[in-house]
Amino acid sequence: MDKKLEPIVEKLKQDFGATASKDRGDVSLVVPAEKIAEACRQLQGQGFELLSAMTAVDYWPQETPRFHVVYELTSLSNHLTLELRVPVPGVNPSLPTVSAVYRNANWRERELWDMFGIKFSGHSDLRRILMPADWEGHPLRKDYPLGYEEPQFTFNYKEINLRKPYAKE
Amino acid sequence: MPDIQEISVDQLKHLVSDRALKGETMLLNMGPQHPSTHGVLRLLLELDGEIIINCIPDVGFLHTGVEKNMEAKTYQKAEVMSDRLDYMNPVGNNLAYCLAVEKLVGLDVPERAQVIRVILAELTRFQSHLVWLGTAALDLAAMSMFLYCFREREYILDVMEICSGQRMMTTYVRPGGLWRDVPVEFEAAVREILRTFPRRVDEYEALLTRNPLFLDRTLGIGKLSAEDALNLGVTGPLLRASGVKWDLRKDRPYSGYEQYDFVVPTRPEGDVYARYLVRIEEMRQCLRIVEQALNKLPYGPVRSNNYKFVPPPRSEIGVSMEALIHHFKQWTEGFNAPQGSVYRAVESPRGELGVYLESDGGPKPYRVHWRTPSFDNLQAMPLMCKGVLVADLIAIIGSVDIVLGDIDR
Repeated sequence: MDKKLEPIVEKLKQDFGATASKDRGDVSLVVPAEKIAEACRQLQGQGFELLSAMTAVDYWPQETPRFHVVYELTSLSNHLTLELRVPVPGVNPSLPTVSAVYRNANWRERELWDMFGIKFSGHSDLRRILMPADWEGHPLRKDYPLGYEEPQFTFNYKEINLRKPYAKE
Repeated sequence: MPDIQEISVDQLKHLVSDRALKGETMLLNMGPQHPSTHGVLRLLLELDGEIIINCIPDVGFLHTGVEKNMEAKTYQKAEVMSDRLDYMNPVGNNLAYCLAVEKLVGLDVPERAQVIRVILAELTRFQSHLVWLGTAALDLAAMSMFLYCFREREYILDVMEICSGQRMMTTYVRPGGLWRDVPVEFEAAVREILRTFPRRVDEYEALLTRNPLFLDRTLGIGKLSAEDALNLGVTGPLLRASGVKWDLRKDRPYSGYEQYDFVVPTRPEGDVYARYLVRIEEMRQCLRIVEQALNKLPYGPVRSNNYKFVPPPRSEIGVSMEALIHHFKQWTEGFNAPQGSVYRAVESPRGELGVYLESDGGPKPYRVHWRTPSFDNLQAMPLMCKGVLVADLIAIIGSVDIVLGDIDR
């Protein structure tokens, strides 16, 4: 682990009960959901100016935790990167927003709500961002099927055409 | 088919000012088919006469579910989708994905492949900046710039074609190296670019840099301070035009960028003109890197010989039973990547392009996430265009250099 990163990780462990792990040279910290906003605030004060990426992973059918919300933080001044992971349960998934700390989390959280159905409490504008407003379901969940279209050939073109959604009108 | 749900003003109440609800200001849609939005971007503008009070971007018209689709394909096959994200930067997308896969499975890349990757990535950056320069200048009514830029871009696309057989969707960079070695014409074609292009960049500058009409439209427009830029996750030329020296090629080198001598241009102003100057200087630096890389291009293999993860060359399949087995396994079930997650980022023409890759030990990625620079850069645009005229908004959209395929994924 980088010399400059050690005290920062130690402090997070003490203050927020985080657990650290190392994978392929990168440090990853698991932070409890209710403390993520404070942890981000503290890290921002310690030089992590940039929220590089924010995403989630669905471990369905596992339920507790079903999701991991992942934050990739970058420190420009100290040349450090740090990953935060927040476990979120599958029933009523919700965690506090970090958009007050990193403003670009605003759209990132909207994307996670859209794609995974994870709610962010305190978010100013939690609407769908990529999918249409009236879409049902959250596409990047593992229990959401990847759709497909039947290939149409000359001999079965009409038959398949009748089963297409637009044929019903 | 369900009825299309209309969004009422009530749902957007929290985004517009109180004056809009009283009817003092006007809400106006710009796009998704407006030519100056560079794709299918819709902007909901709240206007007081000609002055923009609020700008609410609406994205998602080009959503193709790339992340979901990649989860259903093996590591090699999923790469083909990465070209289609940021269609101005196919080699950079491939590179980010391949670096992530290589880190995940622990693959080494031969030196020759590294150097060719750098040459092609820099040429791609150059052509992306050419498209930006052409279209951004076209928005400001400098029509001839567009024609010159697209003329030069063809030379770079020709190089892509002789390498990979495709002008844009190359998929030339593969996990563990390259698809194949470059052909013999490659060096001469790149030398020709290096010979002619510096003069072309001078010509662009002669047309725009001191042009009073261009200065009127760009100086002091769309200001973004360094603090706001960082807090909004803005990266790339936009961040550097706001005075922050941060370039992943220098600050977190990959593919051997630390061996090249180049300058990261920055400007303190943070306006549209500063972004123009930064990108023009970056184009010159691109050519410097390409020249250094071409001069040192070593001989050797272009693909790792770790056949557990990399398909063996075609020539070996006819004579080696083992190679045939590896080839068959690679293209039917793929390779199993060890469990874990990685995040790798490269400097795309628009900023930090990151790939988050998670493996559950199987042959398909469990989760792929693309951290695309345009997504965050566009998010900063409403801040830049508060209180400017509608005409200036056109200049600002041009200067942000968004690619909608990059935003909507």
